[in-house]
Amino acid sequence: MVAFLRYLINGISLGSVYAIIALGYSMVYGIAKMLNFAHGDIIMVGAYIVFCVMVYLSMPPFLAVLAAIVVCTLLGIAIERLAYKPLRQSASLAVLITAIGVSYFLQNAAMLIWGSNPKVFSSVFNVGNLRMLNGELVISSEALLTIAANIIIMIGLTQFTSRTKMGKAMRAVSEDKGAAELMGINVNRTISLTFAIGSALAAIAGALLCSTTNPNLVPTTGSMPGIKAFTAAVFGGIGSIPGAFIGGLLLGVIEIMAKAYISTELSDAIVFAVLIIVLLFKPAGLLGKPVREKV
Amino acid sequence: MSEIKTGAPLLRVHDIHVYYGAIHAIKGISLEVYENEIVTLIGANGAGKSTTLNTIAGLLRPRQGTVELNGENINGVSASKMVSRGLSLCPEGRRIFQQMTVRENLEMGAYSRPAAEIEGSLEEMFERFPRLKEREKQIGGTLSGGEQQMLAMARALMSRPRLLMLDEPSMGLAPILVEQIFGIISELHASGVTILLVEQNAQMALQVADRAYVMETGVITMQGPAHELLHNDAVQKAYLGS
Repeated sequence: MVAFLRYLINGISLGSVYAIIALGYSMVYGIAKMLNFAHGDIIMVGAYIVFCVMVYLSMPPFLAVLAAIVVCTLLGIAIERLAYKPLRQSASLAVLITAIGVSYFLQNAAMLIWGSNPKVFSSVFNVGNLRMLNGELVISSEALLTIAANIIIMIGLTQFTSRTKMGKAMRAVSEDKGAAELMGINVNRTISLTFAIGSALAAIAGALLCSTTNPNLVPTTGSMPGIKAFTAAVFGGIGSIPGAFIGGLLLGVIEIMAKAYISTELSDAIVFAVLIIVLLFKPAGLLGKPVREKV
Repeated sequence: MSEIKTGAPLLRVHDIHVYYGAIHAIKGISLEVYENEIVTLIGANGAGKSTTLNTIAGLLRPRQGTVELNGENINGVSASKMVSRGLSLCPEGRRIFQQMTVRENLEMGAYSRPAAEIEGSLEEMFERFPRLKEREKQIGGTLSGGEQQMLAMARALMSRPRLLMLDEPSMGLAPILVEQIFGIISELHASGVTILLVEQNAQMALQVADRAYVMETGVITMQGPAHELLHNDAVQKAYLGS
């Protein structure tokens, strides 16, 4: 029972990281209608920035994360402007391939700058562990922070898109760019803002990921979590904020449970098998809305 | 419905040519809309009516010719800046935001205006379209076709345009709703809104309009006071089916 609870909390914590990454995927997909496969690598850049600021500049973790958010936000805007914007009118396949290219570019640039030897990441938030059930259940402060961060981000984004003018404009752009433009919404600026938000979230995810499950930071650190988060976004219904939240959490829990009770080697296979089954029955994902036209 | 217009037109389109790639879709169209009138652009499918409206709205660029709003050349002004210049297009197929509420759709219509002014305009729209008031919190996609058209028109009005352009507002609606939509257009006209109306339903359009232009494959073939065109033999044969 205690073991199960521990796995559950680990799963929710890992799932929270997936959810934060998935939000970035999902928002960019919702607005720009493209899969930004370089998103995972922005996580990696964020983690490296946190590492450098903490180790080389000996600054407190809080400032390191802030620096990573700033760098990743600017990086996300720059990538969109330089790599994706010129392809706005092109076939989606061209954009997809470009995104894969950007992903490799970032990985190789990171290898040039930081080398391929792992950097040992020290946690950005270690204030000891929470012990419960007579000390049998130990929950790390990082796990709690990750879960809290996920919930705060999720609530914040939901409020942003449902209450603020800019957030509503984002939803309008995601539904119909042409009509949004007729309303006077600057579509390019809205897309830019979406990339900025997604990339800032990736920076936070990078810091959390390396603080919890992935302390050995290498240039390919972002790839697998990026792909899993993409899966989580599709699982929950891509384009939907609560979908990314639920998809991420479920994916994390399924992964940890599969590792604990079935097989460590097969855990990824099980995760993807669940995805396939869900998509067979709900092709738009758990919370995705089927597209329908009304005349 | 006075026919003698004095002064400068609110909208003046002069000899525009628009291409879709190699296809010459609009071949030198000129038209004017004066303050407080309803002008309609009628013609068969594919004549270039929507292309003309989209060009005026800045969604398409003319390769040649000028579009002037209130004497100012607006060629090359992006569609998103047109709204604050006083031009609003209610697009073909309504294009309301299906997953946003009625209220949010209307708020988007007023995107270019200061937040403080929006509430008053919302009340105005709810008064003009009581149906929308009842549906205020409903998601746009759940409205009926007629309600969606009302929402699209109200949304276009939320920017307080000097010129409202309506693209096929009666498309796909049952006859009774078509009547209702044209009733609303007449009311808008009566309250001083200037309208450029594109319609396939020539009969209805000519009944509400002051003046009309008839388009055929990228050129204007006829123009004049709407009631004259309504009784014109050629127009009757081609568009009114009698």
